[in-house]
Amino acid sequence: MSILELSGVEKSFGAVQVLHGVDLNVDAGEVLGLVGDNGAGKSTLMKSITGVYSTDKGNISFDGTDVTRLDPGQRREMGIEMIYQDLALAAQQDVANNIFLGREPTKRMFGFIPSFVDKKRIDRQAQEMLDRLGVHVPSVHIPVGMLSGGQQQTIAIARALTFKPKLVIMDEPTAALAVREVESVLKLIEQMRAEGIATILISHRLNDVFEACGRIVVLRRGNVIADLRRDETDMAEVVSYIVGAHG
Amino acid sequence: MLKLLERTHVRPESLAVLVGLAVVMAILSPVTGSGVRVFLTANNFFNIILASATFGILAIGATYVISAAGIDLSLGSVLGLASVSGAALVVTLEWPWYFAIIGSLGAGAAAGAVNGYIITRGHVPAFIVTLGMLGIARGLALIISDGRGIYGLPPEILFLGQARPWGIPTPVFILVAVALVAHYILAHTPFGHHTLALGDNENSARATGINVRRQRMMLYTISGLMAGIAGLIFTARVNTGDPTAGLSYELLAITAAIIGGTNLFGGRGSILGTMIGALIMGVLQNGLNLMAVQAYYQQMAIGAVLIAAVWLDQIRTRGRTLQ
Repeated sequence: MSILELSGVEKSFGAVQVLHGVDLNVDAGEVLGLVGDNGAGKSTLMKSITGVYSTDKGNISFDGTDVTRLDPGQRREMGIEMIYQDLALAAQQDVANNIFLGREPTKRMFGFIPSFVDKKRIDRQAQEMLDRLGVHVPSVHIPVGMLSGGQQQTIAIARALTFKPKLVIMDEPTAALAVREVESVLKLIEQMRAEGIATILISHRLNDVFEACGRIVVLRRGNVIADLRRDETDMAEVVSYIVGAHG
Repeated sequence: MLKLLERTHVRPESLAVLVGLAVVMAILSPVTGSGVRVFLTANNFFNIILASATFGILAIGATYVISAAGIDLSLGSVLGLASVSGAALVVTLEWPWYFAIIGSLGAGAAAGAVNGYIITRGHVPAFIVTLGMLGIARGLALIISDGRGIYGLPPEILFLGQARPWGIPTPVFILVAVALVAHYILAHTPFGHHTLALGDNENSARATGINVRRQRMMLYTISGLMAGIAGLIFTARVNTGDPTAGLSYELLAITAAIIGGTNLFGGRGSILGTMIGALIMGVLQNGLNLMAVQAYYQQMAIGAVLIAAVWLDQIRTRGRTLQ
């Protein structure tokens, strides 16, 4: 059963057309690798799915609902999360606030003043989430900017997983990480798959893609030019699609 | 104490500066007939707070926009526009007294909303839009009032500026009330969290589904509303809708916010810190007045404080990244 369906998605920036009618399906609990050369349109496609970019043509449906016209907040509410390459963390805000950014639980202060951010609950749940992911940070109260790259990556992942997503898009999650940290991210993806969360993994590191993904889609110049099962392909074939040697 | 400061995001240094400055001013100020330093009299204390109240409220507006990595240079001019707008409705058009409140607050919020609209829809830098509004609002204030003060407001309005319930000037109550609400919103509501996150990293705010455009729009409207409230208090204090009211007050307001710990580049801001910053500016002005220092030198002093505050902050943050 597909959780995400794209049909004929087009997107231009001014005179430059980046997506030329993309069709794509992702099944629930599937780990899909999305590969392609720089400028193939991977990031644009993903931002179209999350709603950060509005598309010019085509339809995007998620979990049986047409989400083409919904804004990023509404799509996030439905269960689409994305972890950005630049992590999109607010460096001066603390770990817990970053994890709950945009979804702060509130209560009434003294029983009548509305919209009081329940900081205690944020801190507690953020700590629980980090413990569940087996991540160690000195404190949930320190600004995210003071953490290492690997720690920041896990904060971004924790943010995506805290609200029970159905689809998580990861843009180059392993690019800036040390070997051991890469292992733990891949393990995390496997853990998510086991819980029924669909993942789209964008990566230039084909080793990681082959290790984590059951299916690999190649994007080239804004078109899907190959949709391959991992068991029926190999790295040489994927590379040849990426560079356009397959015509 | 330190913990309280940390919880409210007030920098201990700014509190130390305030205390230090007050001590210096107390020592340097002249002695009254009864042998007390003028600076230390209760009357003078209220003078400081009364003077700080107008630009203190402006500084709250400045804190909101600056902590979201914006800027509002039109604060002082919008104060003037709000002052004459309220007075014109009640004095010139002879509408009921409460139209002074509606007129001032409405004019302020409207000017702020125009700023916000052009910044978010037209993608014109806030620096340019609010600089333009500085000219527009001041010109409009002079046009509405025909270049003269609009004198003679009803007693209900004068109460807001001149009365002293329990011996404390009304503007002090207004300042405290506005500051408490503003602090609550910035420090404890989702709106406040989103404001700081937006100033910290706009992509982050957008990625987590925060409506960045609406957030900015509201922040500039709030900033204008603060100028409206300050304009109303100004009108009530001097019994005049004054088209030159608030001239170069944006300098005071922005300086108060910055020395109160608001990050000029966004992501950090505290209303209580800003209130300390406003008091520092108030003490500085008051002390220089008591020492009979000419107003021209005071302008220079305030400008120098602004530059020094940002300079020091730069040295400090650069030191931190080098570590």
